[in-house]
Amino acid sequence: MTVSPTEGDREPQTDGGEMFATAELTQISRRQRYGEWFQEAVREPFSIAWEDWRMKVGLTIILGFIAMAALAWVSSSTFWVLENVTILEEPISNQGPQSLQPFESSDHLLGTDNQGRDILAGVVHATPMMLQMILAGAVFATVMATAVGTVAGYKGGTTERILMTISDVAMTIPGLPLVIVLVVLINPQNPWFIGIIITINVWAGIARTIHSQVLTLREHSYVEASRTMGISTPRVIQKDILPNLMPYITVNFVYSARRVIYDSVALYFLGILSFQTVENWGVMMNLAYQTAGALYNPATTYMLIIPMIPIIVLSFGLILFAQGTDRLFNPRVRTRQSGRTEPTEDADDDTPRVPQ
Amino acid sequence: MNWVLKRTGQSVFTVWAVATISFGLIRLMPGGAEDIIVARIHESQGSDVPAEVIREQVQHRINIDPNAPIHEAYLQYMGGLVRGDFGHSVYLNRDVATILAEALPWTIFLMAISTLLTFGLALSLGAMMAYKEGTRFDISQTGVAILTTSIPYYVAAVLFIAYLGNRTSIFPARGRYPAVVEPGFTIQFIVGSFHHAILPAASFVLTVYGLTALAMRGNSIQILGEDYVRVARLRGLSDRRIALRYVGRNAVLPMYTSLLISIGFMFGGSIILEELFQYPGIGYYMYQAIEYQDMPLMMGTFLVITVAVVIALFVGDATYSKLDPRIKSGDDSESY
Repeated sequence: MTVSPTEGDREPQTDGGEMFATAELTQISRRQRYGEWFQEAVREPFSIAWEDWRMKVGLTIILGFIAMAALAWVSSSTFWVLENVTILEEPISNQGPQSLQPFESSDHLLGTDNQGRDILAGVVHATPMMLQMILAGAVFATVMATAVGTVAGYKGGTTERILMTISDVAMTIPGLPLVIVLVVLINPQNPWFIGIIITINVWAGIARTIHSQVLTLREHSYVEASRTMGISTPRVIQKDILPNLMPYITVNFVYSARRVIYDSVALYFLGILSFQTVENWGVMMNLAYQTAGALYNPATTYMLIIPMIPIIVLSFGLILFAQGTDRLFNPRVRTRQSGRTEPTEDADDDTPRVPQ
Repeated sequence: MNWVLKRTGQSVFTVWAVATISFGLIRLMPGGAEDIIVARIHESQGSDVPAEVIREQVQHRINIDPNAPIHEAYLQYMGGLVRGDFGHSVYLNRDVATILAEALPWTIFLMAISTLLTFGLALSLGAMMAYKEGTRFDISQTGVAILTTSIPYYVAAVLFIAYLGNRTSIFPARGRYPAVVEPGFTIQFIVGSFHHAILPAASFVLTVYGLTALAMRGNSIQILGEDYVRVARLRGLSDRRIALRYVGRNAVLPMYTSLLISIGFMFGGSIILEELFQYPGIGYYMYQAIEYQDMPLMMGTFLVITVAVVIALFVGDATYSKLDPRIKSGDDSESY
């Protein structure tokens, strides 16, 4: 693993900015400072990352789903003027003829299911809840993992042993069975809560990766320098350690997001999570599988296939996004980006992977 | 030796922790398994069942006396587990332990095939892509790997069942072995079992190998550029030896943890796959248990899946220490 000390140096604060700032002749206005910060922290990385085709495609797909969620939200919202705005009707039974094949009617572009619900509407209106689950689960998993991993790795000693034993145990418990048992017993309905339950032990594996990274980071001389200067542990973690962990955190955020998609759809598909309406792509698959016999009947297979498409496309976008961050975070890829024509991806090893 | 002791201790601790969690889920949680069982008894036998009858039935089913103080109930439950008594399934009217003992070998059979094929495919393909870096083979395989990784395994399973199983019947889409064959050590039975395992295993292998292959590719490319590989070439070592001992081994080591995690993932996924393929293994029974609100069976399968994963991880870790002699036995990092 390559960790670039320059990453830390780029942060103007880490090298004791105040000490020299007072001697500086030029006064920098607040606006300039924010402008510089924006340039350095947002624009530059973004333009570097954007050169990678994987990042382009991945980000476009993710933004597309966010737009889809916004469309669904506007259509179903009862908030103020939005109440009157309906771009796409919510899926309701008998809004169209039953079992209409896709691309046969312009009113129901993707057809209708066996209860006359518009399939396109079902796909679109399931998006907001899916994004809520993804956000909740991925944030929970990464924040938990980062906190446990950095504290354990940096503090060492008994803290480390206790935290790592807990992570090991949590990591060993197979995720899906645990999630299923919890879902059956708790029967959660709130999408944020479902997202967290799904990642209930996903954080542990990530915490392990981050922990081992911190173990190598803490031996770096600039970390040691901060420590000998008497800077407090939280501050050292925040200023010296965390910036170097960003690649791991980002990539694992994306993979936890994918995990939430897979598991939530699976739970709805198998009918383990209860549902009232077609609120998830998994619900649509469940209905096609259970009530329309889509596995046997070629005439209804489209009801099963269509909701699969957003699942695959969204996780495809997420994976491309994760792969595309290589260029952003990997100093070796980054330094030669201007010179070489064909950037090889020999930096792949530097993006940590939790396969599932 | 020290390492073995430590690792064994950790495994035992994990199993104990999971058993304790499952006790908590049964006994302590409001609306937890115990409450569901009591509700079911009321449902089937009327609401005026004497408390004593309920107590007996609950104890018969999950080994927990609902009236006993918590520490006694805990000891009783753990004692039962140690003796291999997981309670009694209401829905199947058999002991949970018997059901699971019959189902477990099939799940392990399926998981072993899937795991071996996944790792074999991912590692060899990743290494090949690394050796041919930048060629058309490499680029197309990278694309394929990303694409297949985006497909959830159960989606692949559904497609396989619909198109290869039901429509064309190239492969059997349900069951563990052909219905006409008697279970036994016969060729028909063994071939039939493998034939039935092809679709479930393929659903896993084809959708899971991708990320591992990409990671293997990245690691191998990096290691191919290391000085010691060049020195090994200059020493005139055979390509085979370099590929296996110098490149392969060092490329696999950093991925070991994620490989081990994917074992747990696959065991977990067996619930969905075995239900879809109607393959009566552990996962299938867990699904049945949920569908019929059979709490003893559900908690039993949960525990058994966990123990299976713990054992698999233990074996995996043991092979890791064989591959990587640097494994440290103790913790020697400074604390501050």
